[in-house]
Amino acid sequence: MTSTRDVALEARGLTKRFPGVVANADVSLKVHSGEILALLGENGAGKSTLVKMIYGLYEPDEGEILIKGEAVRLKGPRDAIRRGIGMVHQHFQLVPVFTVAENVILGDEPHRGPFVNMRKARAEVARLAEEFGLQLDVDAKVEDLPVGTQQRVEILKALYRKADILILDEPTAVLTPQETDDLLGVIKGFAGSGVSVIFITHKLREVLAIADTIEVLRGGRAVGTTTPSETDAAGLAQMMVGRSVLLTVDKSPAQTGDVVLDVVDLSAADDIGLPAVRDVSLQVRAGEILGIAGVEGNGQRELVQALTGLRPCRARTVTVQGQDALGKSPRAVHAMGVGHVPEDREADGLVGAYSVADNLVLDRYSDPEFARFGVRDLKAVSALAQDLVGQFDIRTPSADTTVQSLSGGNKQKVVIARELAAEPALLIAAQPTRGVDVGSIEFIHSRIIAARDRGAAVLLVSAELDEVLGLSDRIAVMYDGRIVETMPAEGADRARIGLLMAGHAVSET
Amino acid sequence: MSAKWAYALAILISVTIVIFYVLDPTKTTSVVSFSLRYAVPLILAAMVGIMCERSGVINIGIEGQMLMSAFAGFFGAALTGSLLLGTMIGVGTGMIMGAMLATGAVTWKMDQIIAGTIINILAAGLTSFFYAQGFTLPGITPTLRIPVLADIPLIGPVFFDNGLFTYAAIVSALLLWVLLFKTVWGLRTRSVGEKPSASDTSGIGVQKMRFWNVTIAGGLAGLAGAYLALEAAGTFERGLTAGRGFTALAIMIFGAWNPIGALAAAIFFGLTQGVASQLQTDAVVDIPPQFVNMLPYVLTIVLLAIVSGRIKPPAAVGRPYEKD
Repeated sequence: MTSTRDVALEARGLTKRFPGVVANADVSLKVHSGEILALLGENGAGKSTLVKMIYGLYEPDEGEILIKGEAVRLKGPRDAIRRGIGMVHQHFQLVPVFTVAENVILGDEPHRGPFVNMRKARAEVARLAEEFGLQLDVDAKVEDLPVGTQQRVEILKALYRKADILILDEPTAVLTPQETDDLLGVIKGFAGSGVSVIFITHKLREVLAIADTIEVLRGGRAVGTTTPSETDAAGLAQMMVGRSVLLTVDKSPAQTGDVVLDVVDLSAADDIGLPAVRDVSLQVRAGEILGIAGVEGNGQRELVQALTGLRPCRARTVTVQGQDALGKSPRAVHAMGVGHVPEDREADGLVGAYSVADNLVLDRYSDPEFARFGVRDLKAVSALAQDLVGQFDIRTPSADTTVQSLSGGNKQKVVIARELAAEPALLIAAQPTRGVDVGSIEFIHSRIIAARDRGAAVLLVSAELDEVLGLSDRIAVMYDGRIVETMPAEGADRARIGLLMAGHAVSET
Repeated sequence: MSAKWAYALAILISVTIVIFYVLDPTKTTSVVSFSLRYAVPLILAAMVGIMCERSGVINIGIEGQMLMSAFAGFFGAALTGSLLLGTMIGVGTGMIMGAMLATGAVTWKMDQIIAGTIINILAAGLTSFFYAQGFTLPGITPTLRIPVLADIPLIGPVFFDNGLFTYAAIVSALLLWVLLFKTVWGLRTRSVGEKPSASDTSGIGVQKMRFWNVTIAGGLAGLAGAYLALEAAGTFERGLTAGRGFTALAIMIFGAWNPIGALAAAIFFGLTQGVASQLQTDAVVDIPPQFVNMLPYVLTIVLLAIVSGRIKPPAAVGRPYEKD
């Protein structure tokens, strides 16, 4: 149906190479005016590279871009903007200390001579916001705004430049389910008024909800074009990964045992000293997974750091298997049988320049098993590494390869392998599948379930609600540093959790 | 918070000055005038720092830029026999030094501290090596007395009866404030210093902006150097700048990267020096002159200790811009 409309943008045979990688190979796509094109693919599939070429940030090595039928060479974002292309970046491109109005006009300022005409700017931005139904205070400083609102400023920035081709790069990654629904509504509104939208995501649900056309990328190549009516989630996942994937987690009912982790009234401050965790109490039993759902930045990070000894905290009780773990060093906590998968694996989980093998023994390189009189037993290390690489399906040329040269999924498998190898009584996993390909997600999930079935207590923290819903036996929702509600995962209502995550008090229904 | 006690301090100082003026008009006027003259190179150099850091580039080489310009300005004036030409040579030298820093810190994406340090070492070495005795300036720099305004008691003789460099310093601070906060250039410059990726995606050339701002700021450092050689000292000697380029960075921070704030901070610095000298001249306090001359440096350390961490620098300062 959309094919009868004008083609707003066409890419023909785009190829982009970086040293050692082909990020895009011969990718073509077409967007009609008023059409929503979803660009679907895993991390590293080349989605971002593709749109960066369309936005003029990268120059293609081969191929051409046609805007409204005319072949163009874009030398920078300025060229792209002039031709009506707007982009909402995954990491917001806003100046935090500027006001909304200043951010929107930056680079295209209304002016009288050399002076910025602030009055005109504010009026114009307010008018645009109203026209597109985006509620905003034009004089608010961007750094004071919630993430969802900041995103509106980004969108407004594109609209202010009269964009009729709007690219959104993973726009829902940072939003609550409600904000996501609002955004999808706004996007549909744009399409209705004739704006073409290129929507990048790896979330299948959103693609099916909003796209007119779906273009799937894999390994830098376009592997297929489809529409929501022709496919379903399983079909899309298969296209993304190239093989069939289990989207739902298969697990048996929990066989719970004794309380392993007992926390009473834990409070902790964030990096600048403001309260981040407020009087959190929770218990995790052997053989169960407690999932913490919440929008990022509601204290989950600080909670995990406090529990693993990485952040000072106050609490009535923190015990692991009955032993006092409050105020202990990270090493002491680890020695009590706590495995920790940190949310930022590059910074806190791995030493990039070390080999896979060394990273696998990072927590016990000095144990008698791996060292004698301060001299390392590299044979023992290597034997263990061989074993774990096989067991955890770590795709690496060898155990001596540096970890930094592996893909995100394989890096994460190294962390998971190390933390699970010691068979911990408690596993604390923060964002265990962030930036990990679909195939590895499936594998990591199965490993976490296996640890639970072995009798480990698991505390799972994830910003992906689907992950929490799929893995957990019980779910605790965290908002503004508090656990606002804990519920059994079975029969948990997605919409209700979404409201709790957004800070709405929900009465029992 | 910091703005509040800055105002309180300014009011306190003003009141004190007025009280002293009532007690002894001549002496007070002369102390305050001395303070302003002392502040001139600090004001100009602080503007250099503000212009660079607001664009995201640390300029630790102000000292060297000033020293080199003072050298070139002095010998330029001595050899051509023209103070105006000497000044222009000083400013030109400053811009060349600015372009050097820009090439290293912006174009080549060097560590900005190292790029600035190179300039300092280079300037110290070159000016010492080529230093020659026996040159004198063709005259003294002209002063300008602004009619009517100069007749106002205290304020008149301090602000409106000065050498041209003093006016230039005050005007540069006011002008830079207007430019930074009211113009398109200012908005873009600040965006480049806060979040260059946002500027880039808005179609602003980050590298170009930084390069030219740093280069032009070098011209101001040149003016400061020329002032030191042509008006303040009336000659050139080794190490003439005596750490003023670094003091200016402290003043920039104390003034919260705001030209007006830095102007006030520089005058405050001048005042402490002026008061200390006067106390010594009057033999009110019997302290060795070395301690009096130490004052600006001690004050720099104390103020930085108080202020640092409370005032937020431009977010992207010190980081070369890399796409992605």
